[in-house]
Amino acid sequence: FLALECERFSICNEEKRNLSLGGHVGFDSLPEQLVSKSVTQGFCFNILCVGETGIGKSTLMNTLFNTMFENEEASHYQNGVYLRPRTYDLQESNVRLKLTIVDTVGFGDQINKEDSYKPIVDYIDTQFENYLQEELKIKRSLFNYHDTRIHICLYFIAPTGHSLKSLDLVTMKKLDSKVNIIPIIAKADTISKSELHKFKIKIMSELVSNGVQIYQFPTDDETVSEINASMNAHLPFAVVGSVEEVKVGNKAVRARQYPWGVVQVENESHCDFVKLREMLIRVNMEDLREQTHARHYELYRRCKLEEMGFKDTDPDSEPFSLQETYEAKRKEFLGDLQRKEEEMRQMFVNKVKETEAELKDKERELHEKFEQLKRMHQEEKKKVEDKRGYLEEEMNAFNKRKAAAETLSLSQPVKKDKDKKNRSVNTENQSGVSASSSKVMMAKANVEPLNCQSWWQAIQCCTCLVHNATWRPGGLF
Amino acid sequence: PNQTGRNRSHTVGKLTEKQYVGFATLPNQVHRKSVKKGFDFTLMVAGESGMGKSTLVNSLFLTDLYKDRKLLNAEERINQTVEIIKHTVDIEEKGVKLKLTIVDTPGFGDAVNNNECWKPITDYIDQQFEQYFRDESGLNRKNIQDNRVHCCLYFIPPFGHGLRPVDVEFMKALHEKVNIIPLIAKADCLTPNEIKKLKDRIREEIDKFGIKVYQFPECDSDEDEEFKQLDKELKECTPFAVIGSNTVVEARGQRVRGRLYPWGIVEVENQSHCDFVKLRNMLIRSHMHDLKDVTCDVHYENYRAQCIQEMTSKLAQDNRMESPIPILPLSTPDVDTEKLIKMKDEELKRMQEMLNKMQQQMHDKEQ
Repeated sequence: FLALECERFSICNEEKRNLSLGGHVGFDSLPEQLVSKSVTQGFCFNILCVGETGIGKSTLMNTLFNTMFENEEASHYQNGVYLRPRTYDLQESNVRLKLTIVDTVGFGDQINKEDSYKPIVDYIDTQFENYLQEELKIKRSLFNYHDTRIHICLYFIAPTGHSLKSLDLVTMKKLDSKVNIIPIIAKADTISKSELHKFKIKIMSELVSNGVQIYQFPTDDETVSEINASMNAHLPFAVVGSVEEVKVGNKAVRARQYPWGVVQVENESHCDFVKLREMLIRVNMEDLREQTHARHYELYRRCKLEEMGFKDTDPDSEPFSLQETYEAKRKEFLGDLQRKEEEMRQMFVNKVKETEAELKDKERELHEKFEQLKRMHQEEKKKVEDKRGYLEEEMNAFNKRKAAAETLSLSQPVKKDKDKKNRSVNTENQSGVSASSSKVMMAKANVEPLNCQSWWQAIQCCTCLVHNATWRPGGLF
Repeated sequence: PNQTGRNRSHTVGKLTEKQYVGFATLPNQVHRKSVKKGFDFTLMVAGESGMGKSTLVNSLFLTDLYKDRKLLNAEERINQTVEIIKHTVDIEEKGVKLKLTIVDTPGFGDAVNNNECWKPITDYIDQQFEQYFRDESGLNRKNIQDNRVHCCLYFIPPFGHGLRPVDVEFMKALHEKVNIIPLIAKADCLTPNEIKKLKDRIREEIDKFGIKVYQFPECDSDEDEEFKQLDKELKECTPFAVIGSNTVVEARGQRVRGRLYPWGIVEVENQSHCDFVKLRNMLIRSHMHDLKDVTCDVHYENYRAQCIQEMTSKLAQDNRMESPIPILPLSTPDVDTEKLIKMKDEELKRMQEMLNKMQQQMHDKEQ
């Protein structure tokens, strides 16, 4: 589309070289420029909490962010697992954070938990999909797009002290290629120090032996590699959450008060809460965002595009641009659509033809029937005529006989004639039966006279043909 | 059962010192990561030969990028075509690494017939956009190189009375593809009054011809008054009148970059001599990142949108069919056709029913 004539200009790439500067140029302010821009824009961070009902997800979030996020206790009787995202706008000094916390409601409560992981995976994929759709738009504004992709999944492990539950393993395995996972041991104030040590080792070994990829705090940056490396060894973090304050010494600290003592949330010898907060928020938040975008999202995008049939650049042939293949797909789709339209049109036409044919058949049937009826009627007529003729003959014969008899004598009695009354109604029409006699005939047969000229009209008053069961071929006589 | 709960947005408000959570360190985290990753910047310089472009670049970056350059004679330049030459250098300052690319355009405006002499330049810029577009659209996006031109310094000769036709045409051809910063070159041949007059004239003409040069972003409302005043002065000073120098001279007891004349020494970094310092501060120390952002968010996006629309219209022409479906999303079918089909379906259903009724009637009567 853009025919670039490479011969028109030459590009000489000199060897990249390192030059020493003769003074202070000033581009060392570039990081500050970048930071000032991102502070103006604001940050966003999305946390997914996966764990059984009641395991302390909401409390931990409240404790981490020192805020009472509104939430009601969840019930154990959900039909399935569903995700509940909530967004909050927080601010600390001049930094604005749009925090989204996604809760998995109903996780672990069902009797059959085979599909429990599905809503979670679907939610994560949907956020990726939304971002991808935005990226593929013609007019897009990625710089002020509200990024809802999950940056971190905190997986809450129940403090059984033994090992992971089967549901945990299955779920984490399904999630590890889609999101950064940090496993944490919830309600860790029920495990003693020695039990905890064994528990942690068991959990990590189970994760490793099943190939579950959890998030590793990055050690490539010298400034933070040491602390990150040491924290990696403390996984999974054993946490205790609390929003209630208890007076310890002369300070009020967040803690849980038991008859036997006070578990202090921010005491590092009591639990790993401080470690979690340090790693999650104060040191690696930006890295979590970056990993989500550069690794998990790219993987999703790549799979999705390959699924849709895109190929990457072929060294031999022309490099495909996403848009070009997209266009090809669109053309294909439009072609499909056209074909489908044709099919449907064809189907419609066929249906119409069919119906037409059916109607024609019916028409023919009715016509036939009408003809048949007409024929029958004619037959009847003829029969009646014949009979009449016969009767007439008889009458004549009778008359003759009568006359003969009369002439013969005056002593013979007169025969009573049954059909005498017929004589009186004789109006003459050689071609057909007299209207009156046919009327009588019909009255006998219990049939209305045919008033209609055409078969179609006959059909319209169907009833006039068939309103009585006696009207059947041969039913007259 | 598997529904996602409705997402409501809440404002929780500011956290006090006591409730310190720690995400205020986010800017530091970003800072740290950006330093580790390093930065890159591509600067284009355009203008006729001898306007002092290379000298200015050397002065800006306090280094010598053009060691073994060959200059052409007049006769060699009669039919000169515009070349594009890239120099890439890695420079570092206080731990911050910058990969700087200078795109030179020798030959621009040098030939006798300079019709469309900016075409190779616009082509080059478009080519970088296209390359980025392809890379961004590919499946493997791990190592995309950003070669897009972030800024173009355009050198206007100081000898005339304002913009010349070639200046206007050049800037109009490029103003929607790249951030243009016009400069008055070799300003040491103009007195302060002349400079003022020329600047006013040029600003007027830029307005008149509708040329969109790079605009400084408004400074934050919470900045102090002094900063705001400086910012205002900066904006009123454009186009910057600059002087560059490859030589160091001694002036007022110091060694400075400057030009030695019989009548005095012109100091490059003296704000009363020229606007070099303003340019340097603006270009490098405060707005370098913004230039990159505007290139990414505005110029590149415009290019991309245009490119896609061209592709779409071309395909539509090829198919010679009405495409009621937009490029996105792929999955929604045509609403109108569906309606029509539904209608016809219902009609058929009705006819069928009528027929059935008649059949039934006949069947009943037959019984």
